[in-house]
Amino acid sequence: MGKEAHAKRRVLGLLGAAAAATLILAGCSGTAGGSTSSGKVTIEFSQWWEPELPAGALKKLVGEFETANPNITVKLISGPYASIQDQTTTAVASGTMADVVGLDGAWVSDLVKQGGLDNLSKEITSSGYDASQLSSQVKISGSTYMIPVVNFVYPMFTNDDLLSKAGVSAPPTTQSEFLKDAKAVSALGGPVKGWILPLGTTNPNGVQNDIMSWLWASGGSMLKNGEPNLTSSKVEDTVNFVKSLSDAKAIADGAATLQETDKVTQFTNGQVGMMIDSLAHIDTIRKANPNLKFSISAIPAADGYSGKRGIPFASWGIGVSNKSAHKAEAWKLVEFMMSKKTNSTVSTLAHGFPGNTGSTPDFSTSDPLYSQAFKIYQAGYPANEFVGLPVANELMRDFDVEFQKVLAGDESVSAMLKATQAQWKAKF
Amino acid sequence: MTSLRVRGGTARRFPSSNLVRALAPYGFISPTGILIIVLMIVPIVMVIGYSLLDNVITTPESKFAGLANYIAVFTDPNFLNAVKNTLIFTVCSVVAHLVLGLGFALMLNSPLLGRLSRAVFRVIFILPWLFTAAIIAILWRLILDPNGVINYVLVQTGLIHTGVAWFATPATALLAVTVMNIWAGYPFFMISLLAGLQGIPRDLYEAATVDGAGWFVQFRNVTLPQLRPIIVSMATLDLLWTTQQFALIWLTTGGGPINFTEMLSTFTYKLAFSNFEFSEASASAVIILLGSLIVAFFYVRQQRAQD
Repeated sequence: MGKEAHAKRRVLGLLGAAAAATLILAGCSGTAGGSTSSGKVTIEFSQWWEPELPAGALKKLVGEFETANPNITVKLISGPYASIQDQTTTAVASGTMADVVGLDGAWVSDLVKQGGLDNLSKEITSSGYDASQLSSQVKISGSTYMIPVVNFVYPMFTNDDLLSKAGVSAPPTTQSEFLKDAKAVSALGGPVKGWILPLGTTNPNGVQNDIMSWLWASGGSMLKNGEPNLTSSKVEDTVNFVKSLSDAKAIADGAATLQETDKVTQFTNGQVGMMIDSLAHIDTIRKANPNLKFSISAIPAADGYSGKRGIPFASWGIGVSNKSAHKAEAWKLVEFMMSKKTNSTVSTLAHGFPGNTGSTPDFSTSDPLYSQAFKIYQAGYPANEFVGLPVANELMRDFDVEFQKVLAGDESVSAMLKATQAQWKAKF
Repeated sequence: MTSLRVRGGTARRFPSSNLVRALAPYGFISPTGILIIVLMIVPIVMVIGYSLLDNVITTPESKFAGLANYIAVFTDPNFLNAVKNTLIFTVCSVVAHLVLGLGFALMLNSPLLGRLSRAVFRVIFILPWLFTAAIIAILWRLILDPNGVINYVLVQTGLIHTGVAWFATPATALLAVTVMNIWAGYPFFMISLLAGLQGIPRDLYEAATVDGAGWFVQFRNVTLPQLRPIIVSMATLDLLWTTQQFALIWLTTGGGPINFTEMLSTFTYKLAFSNFEFSEASASAVIILLGSLIVAFFYVRQQRAQD
């Protein structure tokens, strides 16, 4: 090799080192979120709502906020629900959480434990905000950490044609009617079943939406003084009721690995007569099977129960990062999202129910089932005892796995509840 | 400094001090070195560090916990169940990948097949490898649905009376995910072994024929010894990949029903992202890493022997 080649190699080597140094510097330098330049403040807002709302809808609302607050720019960080959940958990650890965060009630306890969420009670007090206009607040130890912006309720969906074929003239209102009707629909034969229960553990929310919903609809509770109370007679009755549906072979096959999407798909295909599901899926069902005739009604209560019925719900909640350098600006965005006008718009667009009691969603151009659902919602009360619990998903998974043992005949209901109670206690 | 004479007689000066000369080789390897440090060594060291703390990410201040997380993982009955399931799943998958891959490769290499039929079979056999994990999971969920194709065929042929929920039944769930994984992974073996088969010199077979060796003797004494390096490499790599299979399990059973398809990958994921026990999850990940390192050690040794 000649001297020239040697020299070139050396130069190349130095260039390589320079490139590596650049790489390190690029890796180490990061732009701090919420930086201020020329008096303007930029705040980040992470949420999974933008992909679920009509295209451009959230950007338009944010634009209105920016017009009203010319010194604040909002940067939207959008992604699917699961990604935002993982991102939020890890961002708390790295101190890079967005200033304003979209939250699910099930995440709140863990995020507060991580020290990631700002105590909104302080913001409410310092800004003189009238909290009485909020339909609910998610509190931990008496302090508010999340405000539900939109609530999505889970009523009972019934396939009118299947029920009619099975000789059922109206949706069931009590648990014994439900069992009878589910058996009748299953008796139609073929792949048709009366009810569908998704117990897949990938996302174990079937425990909340499809099992505990029966308990809440009958005024029951799985907690006592904030502690698990799964061995109560009401919980045992509920689990026995669900088991009786399985014993009667009135539940769609393969429940142990079914997910919420399977539930909606099978209902849409006309394979199941009844399901408990989110209102958010009405449009999906209509689009996928325009000929399907279905109704919604309140979840049947235990025989003899005449009180108000709890109706499970999920929320698009909002909170502020504890590490935000612009908490005042972040709170302004929260106030904007919870204002009467914006909240009405968001709930109308999302086909949900508003978090501001003064807001009214406009369902005049929407499916009539939404107005009907609003009446069911107003007649009952939103109930979801998993909101604010620690490791809520894991609590559901524990319950799910033990309940699957019951369905497999490996465990009795009382033993299952005792085992789950012990597992939950350890996590509380 | 030395001057260097180049074509045309123009002299250019390049730095040539001893220091620069000594540093030049490091400059060459530094981009790769930095990438390896940033993308591999730092995360691995961090995970090992996390595994020795009481918890991380969810706690503002972490304390040294020694081997407590390792003890917690090893004494968790679900971990032992996950180890058992992973072993069954992995061994069955690797053996079936090898047998199917070799069988199909032999078929595609056979002179009995015409050019067109060979091309058609090659496309058909390689198809599973072209699908992403999400597509494979959806496909197999449909195939094995209680009202799906497999159940329809089995019911029609009278082998079973009613459809079986293969993924949701404790007795069949592990079998179902293993079959799905076998289907998804055999083409990789097939392609590699086919390349190996095409590289075996014809004169070896001709000599064996002259010696009176039949098909099976030729297969045992010529084909297999010639393919041995490829088979060992592929089997070792497959062992590593299959042990870490996550997507297919998560998208079909999530480790259920009950815990009948719980694998080390799903067990670790749940510890981290469902229980938020990141330190225990790190301990579990380190245990998997150690297992993988043992396999990797044999793989590297085999590769060196081959060289």
